[in-house]
Amino acid sequence: MPDSATLEAVTIDQDEGNFSYPEDYAHDAGYGLDESTVDYISNIKGEAEWIREFRQKALKVFFAKPMPTHWASKDLENIIFKDIRYYLSKGQAPTRSWDEVPDDVKKTFERLGIPEKERKYLAGVEAQFDSEAAYSNVKEELTKEGVIFVNSTEGLREHPEIFRKWFGKVIPTGDNKFSALNSAVFSGGSFIYVPPGVKVKHPLQAYFRINAENFGQFERTLIIVDEGAEVTYMEGCTAPKFETATLHSAVVELVAMKDAKIQYITVQNWSNNVFNLVTKRGLAHENAEIRWIDCNIGSRLTMKYPGVIMKGRKARGEVISIALANDGQHQDTGAKMIHAADETTSNIVAKSISVGTGRSTYRGQVHIPKHLKGCKNNTECDALLINASSRTDTYPAITVRGNQHATQHEASVSQVSEDQIFYMKQRGLSEGEAMSLSVNGFVNDLVREFPMEYSVELKRLIDMEMEGSVG
Amino acid sequence: MRQSLRIENLHASVDGHEILKGLTLEVPKGEVHAIMGPNGSGKSTLSKVIAGHEAYTVTEGAVFLDDLNLLDLEIDERSRAGFFLAFQYPHEIPGVSNANFIRAARQARLPKGQEIDAVAFYREMYAKMDELGMDRKFTARSVNEGFSGGEKKRNEILQMMMLEPRYAILDETDSGLDIDALKIVAQGVNAMRSPERGFLVITHYQRLLDYIVPDVVHVLHDGRIIHTGGKELAYELEEKGYDWIINEPVAA
Repeated sequence: MPDSATLEAVTIDQDEGNFSYPEDYAHDAGYGLDESTVDYISNIKGEAEWIREFRQKALKVFFAKPMPTHWASKDLENIIFKDIRYYLSKGQAPTRSWDEVPDDVKKTFERLGIPEKERKYLAGVEAQFDSEAAYSNVKEELTKEGVIFVNSTEGLREHPEIFRKWFGKVIPTGDNKFSALNSAVFSGGSFIYVPPGVKVKHPLQAYFRINAENFGQFERTLIIVDEGAEVTYMEGCTAPKFETATLHSAVVELVAMKDAKIQYITVQNWSNNVFNLVTKRGLAHENAEIRWIDCNIGSRLTMKYPGVIMKGRKARGEVISIALANDGQHQDTGAKMIHAADETTSNIVAKSISVGTGRSTYRGQVHIPKHLKGCKNNTECDALLINASSRTDTYPAITVRGNQHATQHEASVSQVSEDQIFYMKQRGLSEGEAMSLSVNGFVNDLVREFPMEYSVELKRLIDMEMEGSVG
Repeated sequence: MRQSLRIENLHASVDGHEILKGLTLEVPKGEVHAIMGPNGSGKSTLSKVIAGHEAYTVTEGAVFLDDLNLLDLEIDERSRAGFFLAFQYPHEIPGVSNANFIRAARQARLPKGQEIDAVAFYREMYAKMDELGMDRKFTARSVNEGFSGGEKKRNEILQMMMLEPRYAILDETDSGLDIDALKIVAQGVNAMRSPERGFLVITHYQRLLDYIVPDVVHVLHDGRIIHTGGKELAYELEEKGYDWIINEPVAA
């Protein structure tokens, strides 16, 4: 059994994002959800009629669908929808200059280091504060090349000819209860279009910040990368720790046209009162590649299974997933790979770490139908348990029909052994440092998949999680 | 202040069985002592108890590192105070490179806020690896993972050289080594011998002591030191076995 030093060493430290400013909103949809809430959001945004109808229809689907508690965590029942506010904003359009961003919002993002990162290595940034983006900017040369990087409201209003065609097509409203909820009340998120052949060298970054208590954030993201084009998109998020539950429920749709490449990177570090219920899926056309690099460190309960539908011949899908479940957290993550054309290839590598009473669950779905040939899937999922009270579950569902495919599945569960920690401590490392190094070692090969700047940040976050307040 | 690693009347047990039954021994700074003894005499228990392994309970006695009572300290504090154990079975640490591990151990010895000079660190480590005949690729490989027995033992000596302890115990470092590896490991240890450092070499065979020549040889049996002599004692034991000592009355 670990001693008290271990338990102390691995307590959560999310202090970095744990601050908030007093509420000062121009628009507040109030508590609870009904048709008038949806109208309120639609009115403020001055949306086209088809979007209002899309929302109202989605609301009906949301009410009609049961909570998926028959297979998922019963903790979902603790979301009290009537106690949540579904839209909060300062009523200001996103600015292209940090100087014009309201003071408290600007300070928030400065504390999180966003403007600094933008100067150093980003091609564009969108910073969302509660329901709306406060700042949105993309490097001028990308605009000249025709790259569009805006929020959902602006995307649907200014560029319907590009975005309407794919909006809600990769993830239909009725995909699940939370995709329906998002479709009803979505606000913010990133709408991105990269024209044919344009290879965006530096990542585009979105940062999602929840500031208010009893609030739900429902950003909607749609990224369309045209033929032969490439983009890397990165998202990060934090929230202050409140006593009550906060809800974050996003829908992210990716469309990679022929020969296009999309890399979507998430470092999720919500405070551990946030229900993080997110639907993410990409559609890969011929010879296109979609990679989800998904890292979940924060939240109370995360349910997220990024997927790729490989629709064109030789399309490739990949999910690299790291989950760290600390005391009181449940990371229910995984991947969904739908092979829908010949010679499509998918790869899933998932690693989870459970600390203390933390719980991690891997759910994977790989589907290869009978009429296809030459499809490949590789699935690896490894779990590391830190304490005897930690828990991990694996639910792989690989359905392969036909005999012209190659699939491979490996899973392992391991524990950091006391003797390994003893060895490391004998060299002078504290229990916390030894744990931290062991955990970083366990995920090391996956962390390398992140761009340099993010892998450094990720290691730091893992260190913080593992070392906690121990000096 | 006495400058030595002192073990005084040490009693230790595991799962209620007493293994060390009043062990007393002193390794003064600057000396190399060897402990020999038949299987089951408590050799490996001794090294683990001094390092602070939690499976063992000390019921009586004390261990001093110079003027510091080691038994009052945590495992990592003992290490940072200057105690090093070269393990008989070094553990693997998947995914953590050797260089990062040693660097973290060195970093742990620095005051807060002070950072290691990475360039100087690598220069020093490469020089020591050259002395031990270790390929540079071992810096990037995960600690001990997939290492042969000999490579693991060399890696222990490399860590010892990088951490520069005041006192070190080598626990059966010769086991699993061929003669060439044994010579290299011994060379590394001999290079570290100094008036400022004490060694306790635990071994089953006299062979290692041909290369690391001890000042004093102790015989451990049934949890106690039953005989102490000069380096020639090792040859005598090799030749005659342990029975002639075991059957003697315990030396005072």
